[in-house]
Formats: sequence, structure tokens, C-alpha cells
Amino acid sequence: MIRLPLVLFLSAALFSTGVYGVLARRNAVLVLMSIELMLNAVNLNLVAFGQALHDITGQVFALFVITVAAAEVGIGLAIVILIYRNRETINVDEVNLLKW
Amino acid sequence: MTGAEIAFIIVGVAAVVGAFRVVTARNVVRAALYLVVTLSAVAGVYLLLAAEFVAWVQILIYVGAIVILFLFGLMLTKAPIGREALDNQRRGVAFLVAFAILGGLVYLIQGAFDWDAPRIDPIEGSVASVGTSLFSRFVLPFEVISLLLLAALIGAIVLSRKEDRP
Repeated sequence: MIRLPLVLFLSAALFSTGVYGVLARRNAVLVLMSIELMLNAVNLNLVAFGQALHDITGQVFALFVITVAAAEVGIGLAIVILIYRNRETINVDEVNLLKW
Repeated sequence: MTGAEIAFIIVGVAAVVGAFRVVTARNVVRAALYLVVTLSAVAGVYLLLAAEFVAWVQILIYVGAIVILFLFGLMLTKAPIGREALDNQRRGVAFLVAFAILGGLVYLIQGAFDWDAPRIDPIEGSVASVGTSLFSRFVLPFEVISLLLLAALIGAIVLSRKEDRP
């Protein structure tokens, strides 16, 4: 038996930590880790609201988000390794091929 | 304050501290290991919310697979150590933005949800109902997401393969 706002506060804290990581980190792998933190915050909200409203849909959508996160990390790391092979760096501020 | 809430606060503090260390650690491998702490704590929160299937999926997929994938990514790329190598120069702006988002969310949540509202009364036996729901009402999204996973698998192989062709 947990109060709903407590879970929402934890989720807000995790999400803003992830935002800080995405904005402040240079290393692309660490940026991906921060995105995982934000996705976890979203999952926490989905599960908490699903349990509060007595609806199983929240948990099913949390499972979908976990699957999409797995696919995203796989593709993201493949791209990071490809960039490292071509440019010898994975710092996101030094990869400016598409910038004019 | 119930026992579940005290357990929740302990696990939640562990999650936030782990998350904070993920975004501030100066060693990338340590950041990945602190990510394990955060993800396991979130799985503990799922258990406290009686969502045991999501909790075990979280342990299996996130802690078991995704963190290992991150460690492989760190192993295959150069992983420098130190704050200047890992963080950019706009840390202050990033902190301000993140703090503004946190403040806005906390303000909205405490305005929108009544603190004296009844506590969450979780659904019992969630594994059976998750399975039933997944394979009856959400069977089309389930198939679409399996197609997405296949596409991601093939895409990752194509992207990371060395090109030997002329």
C-alpha cells in the first residue's frame, strides 16, 4: 500500500536526472544510459497508474516500452560503434557531419 | 506510514542515488554498474507495487541484457576517464534545465494528486492477467513489436558488420 504521489515523485526525480545526463554528457554511450533512465521513469508511471486504476493495460504498455528500449539500445550501440570506427571518437559534440 | 511505504522510500533513495551517480560518475564502467543499482531498485519498486511480471522482466532484460550490451559498447569504444572527457562545458545550463523540469513536475504532481487519497490497492495475480491481456486485447501490438525487434536485430547486424566488399 503506497501513496500514488510518492511513486510519481520518484519517477519525476529519475526523469530529470536522465534529462541532466542527456544534456551534460559528451560520451554517446553515457547519453544512451541517461535515455534508459528516462524510459524507466515512464515505465514506473505506467505501472503505478495501472495499479492505482486497477487496469492491467499499464503493465502491458510497460512491457512494450521495455521491448522498444531494448531495440533502441541495440541500434544505438551499433551506430555508436560505427561512428567510432569511422571517426575515432564517440563524443556527440565532435560528430558534426550533418551540421552546416 | 505503512511498512510498504518505508520499504519504498529506502528503495527509491537507492534508485535516485544510483541515477545521480550514473550521470556524474567519472568512469564509464562505474556509470554502467550504477545503472545496475538504479534498474534493480526500480524492479524493487515494481515488486512493491505487486507488478511481479514487469519486475522480473526488468531484471532479465535491463539488468541481464541491456547493461551487458552497454558494457560491450564501452569495451569496443575508447572509454576515457575524467570529467572533462565525459561531460561537456554546458553542465550548468543542463543542471538548470533538469532542475526546472523537476520543479515543474513536483509542482504539478502535488497540485494534481491529493495526498490524503486512498493508497494504491494493487491488482492481485498480475502474471495471469498480463498474459491474458497481452494475447487477447493487445495481440496486434504484440506482433508489431516482435516485427520491430526483428528489424532492429537485422539493422544492428547490418550496421556493425565490417564491409569487405570492393
